[in-house]
Amino acid sequence: MNAPLSLLKMRFLMGLQYRAAAAAGILTQLFFGLILIMVYAAFYTHNGEAQPMTLKEVVAYVWLQQMFFALIVLWQFDGELFELITGGNIAYELCRPWRLYPIWYAKLLAARLSSASLRCLPVALVVFILPEPYRMPLPTSPAAFLLFTLALLSGLLLVAAISMLVYISVFWTMSPVGSVLMIAVAGEFFAGMIVPVLLMPGWMQTIAGLLPFRWMVDFPFRVYTGHIGVQEAIAGIGIQMIWLAVLAAAGQWLMGRALRRVVVQGG
Amino acid sequence: MRLYFKYMSILFKSQLQYRTSFWLLCAGQFFVPFTVFAGIYFLFERFGKLPGWTFHEAALCFGVIHMAFSVSECFVRGFDAFSRLIVRGDFDRLLVRPRSTVIQVLGSNFEFTRFGRMLQSAVVLGIAVSGLSVQWTPAKIITLILMIAGGVVVFSGICMLRASFCFWTVQGLEVMNIFTDGGREMAQYPLDIYAKWVTRFFTFIIPFGAVSYLPLLYILDRTDGPDLLYMAMPLASLLFLAPCLAVWRVGVRHYRSTGS
Amino acid sequence: MSLITLQGIGKSFKVAKRSAGFAEAVKALFVREHTIVEALRDISFTVREGEIVGYIGPNGAGKSTTIKIMSGVLVPDAGTCTIMGFTPWKDRVRYVRHIGVVFGQRSQLWWDVPVIDSFELLRDIYAIPPGIYRKNLDMLTEMLSLADILRTPVRQLSLGQRMRCEIAASLLHDPAILFLDEPTIGLDAESKIAVRNFIRTINRERGVTVILTTHDMHDIEALAGRILMIGKGTLLYDGSLSELRSRYGTQKTITVDYKAGASPIDVPGVQCLSWSSGRAVYTFDSDRIDITDLINRLSAGGELADVEIGSPPVDELILRLYKEHRV
Repeated sequence: MNAPLSLLKMRFLMGLQYRAAAAAGILTQLFFGLILIMVYAAFYTHNGEAQPMTLKEVVAYVWLQQMFFALIVLWQFDGELFELITGGNIAYELCRPWRLYPIWYAKLLAARLSSASLRCLPVALVVFILPEPYRMPLPTSPAAFLLFTLALLSGLLLVAAISMLVYISVFWTMSPVGSVLMIAVAGEFFAGMIVPVLLMPGWMQTIAGLLPFRWMVDFPFRVYTGHIGVQEAIAGIGIQMIWLAVLAAAGQWLMGRALRRVVVQGG
Repeated sequence: MRLYFKYMSILFKSQLQYRTSFWLLCAGQFFVPFTVFAGIYFLFERFGKLPGWTFHEAALCFGVIHMAFSVSECFVRGFDAFSRLIVRGDFDRLLVRPRSTVIQVLGSNFEFTRFGRMLQSAVVLGIAVSGLSVQWTPAKIITLILMIAGGVVVFSGICMLRASFCFWTVQGLEVMNIFTDGGREMAQYPLDIYAKWVTRFFTFIIPFGAVSYLPLLYILDRTDGPDLLYMAMPLASLLFLAPCLAVWRVGVRHYRSTGS
Repeated sequence: MSLITLQGIGKSFKVAKRSAGFAEAVKALFVREHTIVEALRDISFTVREGEIVGYIGPNGAGKSTTIKIMSGVLVPDAGTCTIMGFTPWKDRVRYVRHIGVVFGQRSQLWWDVPVIDSFELLRDIYAIPPGIYRKNLDMLTEMLSLADILRTPVRQLSLGQRMRCEIAASLLHDPAILFLDEPTIGLDAESKIAVRNFIRTINRERGVTVILTTHDMHDIEALAGRILMIGKGTLLYDGSLSELRSRYGTQKTITVDYKAGASPIDVPGVQCLSWSSGRAVYTFDSDRIDITDLINRLSAGGELADVEIGSPPVDELILRLYKEHRV
C-alpha cells in the first residue's frame, strides 16, 4: 500500500476513537438543526410561496448540513500541521521519502471522514423520524441519491484541496489564524453554509457561482432534493472535477515553492 | 473588586506579547458573527419580515445577545478554560491562596480578542437603533443595559456549570456548548418564533427569555402591564446564577475529598 | 509548643479498575469497578516551630497526599490535624495566609510577564502591606540574587533562575511555614547549593518552619535535622539524621594511601575492598572496631601518606531503612 493511502487508513481509524466528542457533536448538530429549521419556518410563514426553494427543500438542506458538517466545514485546525509549518520542524518531514502534498491531503481527508462517520449515522437515524415540519425528506429518486453521494464525495475532495491551500498559505503568513480567517470566512459564506445560495440576493448568487465554494455544499445538497436534475447533476460533477484538478495543481505548485523557500532559508 | 482588575491587567500584558496573533483573532471575532448577521439581513430582504418582527427589531435582539455573549466570553474565560486548568493540576495552586476559588478562576483567564465580537455587536446595535422608531427614554436605555448585563450573567452561569462538571469528568463537556453557543444562536432571534417547548425552557430554566425577550417587548412599546416589571426582568438572571454557584461549591468539595 | 500536630490521619482513594480485553471494556461502559487504595494510614507526628523536616519515601508512598492535607487542599477521611491552631481544610482561606508552598514541577508565576509583575499580583492576592512587601522584596532579591532577572518574563528564565523566583514568591507574605515539594529537582549543582543555603538562612534568621519533600539525599544532608519517612501509607521512621547514622551508618570505609612499597595487612573483622600499590580500601563496623587500633595495625604495612574515613552516603542509609521495612 502506498504511503498516503496507509496514512489515510491509520488516521481514519485513530479518529474513530473520539467517541465522547462525537456524542457531544451529534447532540449539538441536532439542536442547531432544530433551531435553524424553526427560524426558517418562521420566515416562510410570510412570503413563503414565492421563493426559489420550498421549506421542505430548506429542511433537507439544513439536515444535510448538520449530518455532513465535518465533511464540508472549512473552519478546521489541524494543530499538528500548523505546528510543523510555523515551528520549523518541517525539516524532518522533508527528510522522509515521500511527497508532502499527497501525505497531508490524505491526513486532512481522513480526519474529516472519521469525524463524519461517527456522527452521520446517528443524526440520520433521528432526523428521518422527527415529526413534521422537522422531518428530513427522503431523496426524490434513487438516481438523485446516487448522484448526490458522488457529488458529496467529489465535494469532499474539493474541500480538502481548498483546505490544503489554507495550510500552504501559512508558509507565507506564518499565522494559522490569519490564513484560516481569510479563506474560511468568505468561503463558508459563499458555500452556502450561512444562508443557502438560492436564498441570497441575485448579485451575491452571481459571485457565488464564480467561486469554487458552492460546489462543496450547495451543489450536492440540491442534487439530493432533486432541485438539480440528473443531466445538470452529471455536468456539475464534471465541473467539480475541473475545480479539483485546478486547485490541486495550484496547491502542489505553491507547496513546491514554499518548501524550496524553507530549504533555502535553512532549517 | 480591585483584585479582579489586577488579574485582568497582568493577563492583558501577557496577551499583548503576541501582537499579530491578537489582532488577527480580534478580526476573526468581528467577521465571523458579522457573516451571520449578513445572512439574517439577506433573509429579511427576501422574506420581508419574521412573524411580528421587522429587521431592525430583530437586529436589536441580535445585538443584545451577541454583546452579552462576547462580554462574558471575554471576562468569564477563566471558567471557559477551566478544564485545562484542572487537567494540568493547577487548581491546587489556587486552593493554596487565601482567596475564594471563584474570584481566582475568574482571574485566571481573560480573552481580550473577544473585543472583536463586542465591536461587531455594537455595530449591529447601532444599525438597529438607527432603524427603529422608538422613543429612547432613560428608562429604556437602562433596560437595554440591564438586558446586556442579564445576558452576561446567564452566559456566565452556564460557563460555571460547565466548568463544575470538570470536577467529575473531563470528557463529553462539549455537550454544554449546546447551551452557550446554541443558546446564543437561538436567542439571537426573538424567542416567540420558536416552538412552545423551546420558549418555555429558555425562559424558565435558562432564562434567556427574561433577559432578552420580555424587556425587548417593553422597549418596543408592546407591553401592557407595569413597566417596572419588564425593566426588572433581567434581574431574574441572578436567580439562575445562584444554583450555578451552588453546583460549583459542591464540585470544589468533591475535588477536595477525592483528590485530583 | 508544637506548631504542627497530626493525629491518626487516614486517607483512601477510589481508583477505577482498568482491565484489558473487549468484554471488560464493554462492561466498563455500564459499571465502573473500583479498588480502594489506602494512601495514608494512621499518620501522627508533631513539628515544633523552627524545625526543618525532611519528608522522604519511595514514590507513591503518600508524601504528596500528606502535604496536600497539611496545606488545606485535601480533606482526610480520618484523624485530626492542627496547624497554628487551624484545621487546614476547614479554615482554608484564613489558614493559607500563613503558609507558603512551592511545588517543584509546577509554577505559580504568570508565564509571559516579568517576574516582578507576578510578585506584585501576589502582593495583592495576599494583601501584603506595601511597607512589608518592599522590605521582603529587597531582602529576598538580595539573598537569592534576583536583581538581574526581576524584569525578565518567566518563560525566558532557566530552571535554576525560575526556582529561585518561585521560592521568593512563596515567602513574600511572611509565612510561618514553608512547604517545599521537590524544590531542587532538575537544578544544576550551583542552583541546588544556592537554594539549600537560602533555606538554611531563612530558617535560622527568620524562624520559618520548613517541611521539605525530596528524593535528593544531599538536600536531606544539608538541611534536615529531622527525617520523617513514609512507606506504603504509614510512618516508618521519625527521628534525626544522626540517629539514622548511628543506627545504620556504622558500616564505614577507610582508605589508606601508602607512601611506597606497602604490603597488604589482614585485620580480623575488617574486609578489604580493594588493594593496589599505594592505596587500600577496607570496610569495617565502627561499633566493633576501634579506629585508632585499626590505623595502627594498617600502618604496620608501610608508611602512611593519607588516611580517609568515609561514612556511607545518606542514600545508602535510606536504602537500608527501606529494606528493613520492606518498602
